[in-house]
Amino acid sequence: MDNTTRYERLRERYLNGDLDRRRFLGLIGAAGLAYGVQTPFARHALGAVEEVRFDGWGGVVSEAFRKYAFDPYTAKTGIKVVDGTFGGGDEYLSRVKASQPGEYNIAHLSGVFDYARYHGLGLTSVLNEGNIPNLQYVIPKLVDVFRKVTDGTLSCVPYDYGTTGLAYNRKHISDDEMKEKGAKILIDDAYKGKISGWADWRTRIWFGSLQTDQDPNGATDMDAVWDAIRKHRDLSLKYWSSGAELMSLLAEEEVYVTEGWSGRIYALQEQGHDIGYMDPPNGYGWQECLFVIKGSPMEACEELLNFMLAPETSIAVAEGQNYPPALDPRKVDLGSKIPTLPAFDPSGTLEGLTFANPAYWNGHEQEWSKTFGRIQKGY
Amino acid sequence: MTVEAREARQPWILLTPAVSAVLLLLFVPLAFIAVYSFWLRTATGADQVGFYLDNWREALGDAFYRDILLNTLKIAAITTVFCALMGYPAAYFIARSRGNKAILLLLLMLPFWISYIIRTMSWINILGVSGAVNSALMALGVITEPIQMLYNEATVILGLIHFLLPFMVLNVYVSLEGIDETLEDAACSLGATRWQTFLEVTLPLSLPGLAAGGLLCFVLAAGTYITPLVLGGPTDAMFANLVFEAIITQLNWPLGSALSLMLLAVLGALVLLYNRYLGMAQLMKGLG
Repeated sequence: MDNTTRYERLRERYLNGDLDRRRFLGLIGAAGLAYGVQTPFARHALGAVEEVRFDGWGGVVSEAFRKYAFDPYTAKTGIKVVDGTFGGGDEYLSRVKASQPGEYNIAHLSGVFDYARYHGLGLTSVLNEGNIPNLQYVIPKLVDVFRKVTDGTLSCVPYDYGTTGLAYNRKHISDDEMKEKGAKILIDDAYKGKISGWADWRTRIWFGSLQTDQDPNGATDMDAVWDAIRKHRDLSLKYWSSGAELMSLLAEEEVYVTEGWSGRIYALQEQGHDIGYMDPPNGYGWQECLFVIKGSPMEACEELLNFMLAPETSIAVAEGQNYPPALDPRKVDLGSKIPTLPAFDPSGTLEGLTFANPAYWNGHEQEWSKTFGRIQKGY
Repeated sequence: MTVEAREARQPWILLTPAVSAVLLLLFVPLAFIAVYSFWLRTATGADQVGFYLDNWREALGDAFYRDILLNTLKIAAITTVFCALMGYPAAYFIARSRGNKAILLLLLMLPFWISYIIRTMSWINILGVSGAVNSALMALGVITEPIQMLYNEATVILGLIHFLLPFMVLNVYVSLEGIDETLEDAACSLGATRWQTFLEVTLPLSLPGLAAGGLLCFVLAAGTYITPLVLGGPTDAMFANLVFEAIITQLNWPLGSALSLMLLAVLGALVLLYNRYLGMAQLMKGLG
């Protein structure tokens, strides 16, 4: 039984008329007495939840979470939120795999395929959605894709979405040229040495599929895709492996064109850099979620998720990281900045975005990640 | 218990904490890695426990790994040679300086106060398209367009030299400090020039320090993965990058374990060779 929401539950029962005033006050008094007489060691003795660990991407996102979700959550429940960071989903999965159950609790993960990988490794939990009332504000399409992976249940709540599109320096590449060439500009000899790309096998294959006019969720000629990836490698100055590196390469004009994460490119534009951003047809859409790992204290995590999904928190985080929140714009007023963010869908249907099909990508993960690793190194 | 027996036991009692630490922190994890290398990675990323030779067959039989290993050893060797060429004069200068030796040694240690990653990334601000060198050359009118200097094998080696040079200087310095200067005076008094004295007396006596520094530089360079990641181009990977990829990106811990043991075996063989011909005592002296 979770004690962190005792007051709220009692208050709700009282307001609903299930408890009379005398009994309500009596129970609150009893809870206060029990709290007053327990020693500082009582929590340990009872095995009560004292902290929840959250891991995310760091930076402004962590700051927003701390200010709008973690601190109010701790003030209300007394449960401390330990805030960790990771550099990438793969790295984090390795850490979780090496950990003891319960060591890691909530993670800000990207992509449905990561969710499916965690499920494949037996790391998913089952959320009690009744404890997360703010889930009602989330775009249904974002929730449904997760349900499909875990047989109707959820081990996460969707949190934000974005795209990996084409970022280009407007001083050297015009908007018209980008429209004309699309993803193929990344394998254009004219920009040899001024091209970059993410060192991520999925992204490379996705854009390799676009460059060879194939469906990114169902390429049939993989040899052509690998050739496109080789060509991109030979024309590239270097692969980037973090958002900070992507921004540095573009801002310092080391490269003129690369794929980029929509939020990071928006941040560059906000800083005054003349960087254009374009989602080519069938561009790479993705969503991020707050994932609860198996073995975590579920009620404490569910309540924290509810704090994090609260519109004021979601909007503050979204404005900080420049990715639209998973909140449905038909249900929540998202303010003035979010509608200007790249990838934002005012309809709340996300029909214009192409997401990775987890079955397709995870089915080839072992083979393709290895092959890309070799091609990346000149093979 | 006799006095002799107690005295015989004493060194072992004193050694117990150190031996326990080495066993727990080095040999036990190594044993885990060795066991892991015989497991298999399943399609979901989970490990299949058992005794399979597939990872070893792949690690030892695949030309891809052999080529990257050879390239890694080549880069480590080039780095070591440059460290020796640049580090020896610096160490000689410090060892022979009179009044300001402490300050020079402090300056040598100063880079260690800054994170290795930050030091590596500093080259981006120096050699980048809008970095210090290009900006200076353009301001002076030497060039009109920035020169692309970063993200190739040369910058990887440059970053490694930047990281490893202090290790070489310290080892050579310790070796030079141990040389009796009267031997050099004796050579001069017997008619040798300063250059001959250096070649015939100082250099041979300081070779163990040079070798110790070389071994450290080589082993550390061969095991690095951050430098090629930050300063390398698309194809400039070293062997440690393969281990990282296998374990982190591909979640293939068994193959990653086999690869890391392979690198350990190659570098271990080099250390054994060094020990066979020069002895570990010199290395300990250099590290101390």
